[in-house]
Amino acid sequence: MKRLWRRISEPIIELCIRVSGLAVVIFVFLIFLFLLRDSLSLFRQYPLGQFLFGRKWLPISEPPQFGVIPLLLGSVLVTFWAVVICVPLGVGSAMFIAEVAPKALKNVLKSFVEILAAIPSVVLGFLGIIWLGPVLRDTFHLSTGMCGLTGSLLLAFMALPTIISISEDALTGVPRSYREAAFGLGATRWQTLWRVILPSASSGILAAVMLGIGRVVGETMVVLMVTGNAPVIPTSILQPLRTLTATIAGEMGETVGGSEHYYALFAVGLVLFAITFTVNFIADLFLRRARR
Amino acid sequence: MRLTGQVIVIAVAAVFLAGCGESIDPNEPQGFIQTKGSDTMVNAVQMVAEEFMKDYPNIFVAVTGGGSGVGIASLINKTCDVATASREMKPKEIEIANQHGVYPNEIVVAYDGVAVIVNKNNPVNRLTIDDLHKIFTGEATNWKQFGGKDLHIVTLSREVSSGTHMYFKEEVIQLGKKDSRDEFSKETLLLTSSQAIVEEVAGNEEAIGYLGMGYLSDRTKALQIGKDKEFYPPTVENVLKKTYPLSRGLYAYTNGEPQGIVKRFIDFILSPAGQKQFTDAGFVPVQTSPPEAAPQSSTGGTVAR
Repeated sequence: MKRLWRRISEPIIELCIRVSGLAVVIFVFLIFLFLLRDSLSLFRQYPLGQFLFGRKWLPISEPPQFGVIPLLLGSVLVTFWAVVICVPLGVGSAMFIAEVAPKALKNVLKSFVEILAAIPSVVLGFLGIIWLGPVLRDTFHLSTGMCGLTGSLLLAFMALPTIISISEDALTGVPRSYREAAFGLGATRWQTLWRVILPSASSGILAAVMLGIGRVVGETMVVLMVTGNAPVIPTSILQPLRTLTATIAGEMGETVGGSEHYYALFAVGLVLFAITFTVNFIADLFLRRARR
Repeated sequence: MRLTGQVIVIAVAAVFLAGCGESIDPNEPQGFIQTKGSDTMVNAVQMVAEEFMKDYPNIFVAVTGGGSGVGIASLINKTCDVATASREMKPKEIEIANQHGVYPNEIVVAYDGVAVIVNKNNPVNRLTIDDLHKIFTGEATNWKQFGGKDLHIVTLSREVSSGTHMYFKEEVIQLGKKDSRDEFSKETLLLTSSQAIVEEVAGNEEAIGYLGMGYLSDRTKALQIGKDKEFYPPTVENVLKKTYPLSRGLYAYTNGEPQGIVKRFIDFILSPAGQKQFTDAGFVPVQTSPPEAAPQSSTGGTVAR
């Protein structure tokens, strides 16, 4: 009886797992097709070249202009600075948690990192408007605190948990024998950490950084709330700018299904998808190398 | 067996109770009304909805903001019963609505003046429409040009989904000319709500922004606006007399003539109790039947001060 049951149940369970696995692939594929279909509809009405290389985003003017360059540069600039801020901090604290901190402190720190990941982005955005923006305005003598840097700082804060926990995993994954060999050769703790453990965990850390970037590029609420959303071609992080995500979130509600503006937002979504896909793909390559 | 018995008792009781619920008052209206749109009007409409729900406890009214464009789009996409808008629907939008089988019915629910606000420490008190045009198109960039301090001007606007954005664009950026190609200066910050504009202006001496009268408070300073030589502050009187140059209607749109509970809600908005909420929120009520009290109090006000 038991054996019979096992003979029936095994294939059923296997089928279920296979279906769930395939479903994920199918969903991603369908989302991509949907995005592609709607964004390609734009290019029947609006030239592709003007979309990709246009320098003006004026969606409700007559005639409208959908140049994606200011939005793309806005996203790139905010992301770049967020990465500059959060990578050293994140990798540093991962090194501390993995190698230096005593066990009790390590557990406390790890749970705090998890709590950090649980803060909703609207709450961070609100803090940005009320507190961080005015502080930055006064420190850098800007004309407004609603600028790229406010966004970058908050995004860096949001990417920290991802970077810390994945880098920490990579660091603890370095075999014990490496450490013992280094100490055996008379290396100090710092030398071991810096010259032996960090290089051998580098693929994992790079993957952590790439996943952090993916998180930052795709984040919407914070940038919509604090970066000022002016569709200029940004020349400095200290000025207001507009990102791809904020544009979609800010304008989607008012577009009527099937209008040019509606399709233009899908095209912006496709650009965003291409960016995050590339970033995640690279992260995956590094993760795979780390495993070998 | 005992279990089955209990189930039957519960089922019978449920049917009986449900029957009771209906039979208490079959004439009592009930249902759900979805209201979406203007961020300028959202607070006032919320207040009206709360009063309305006191009178009709079985009707639930949900009020969402997002901007007039959001309301109009959701009326066309049939995701709301009443769209609120701080601008009229454009002919092109009505055409699209008809293609979707929606026939917008316009109701003026109140009047509003678009106020232009600056920081309380800004010495500038009055600007002409031409000055505003220069400031918001980026032609003028320093407060010194308007008698203020030697500071850069930071222009704040609402997102493009906002009816106030559209209105301001037509009246100030394009100066009422349909074929004008002028745009908001690219440096203009596009903020997602009127409250965000209040926050930024209250804390930034260089900022200038615009919003509906309902958002005026003593945390910011409203400028007097004039077409050429005479300047008027955005007050109820000046909007009523249309001497304030940036006066406009506030609208509610339904799909066809309102019916059933939606009609009750619209009627309530236009009733004295509903209009009082708009007055309390800082807007100008619609005068369906000009009462004697209103002109009296307004002249009384001017004489006294």
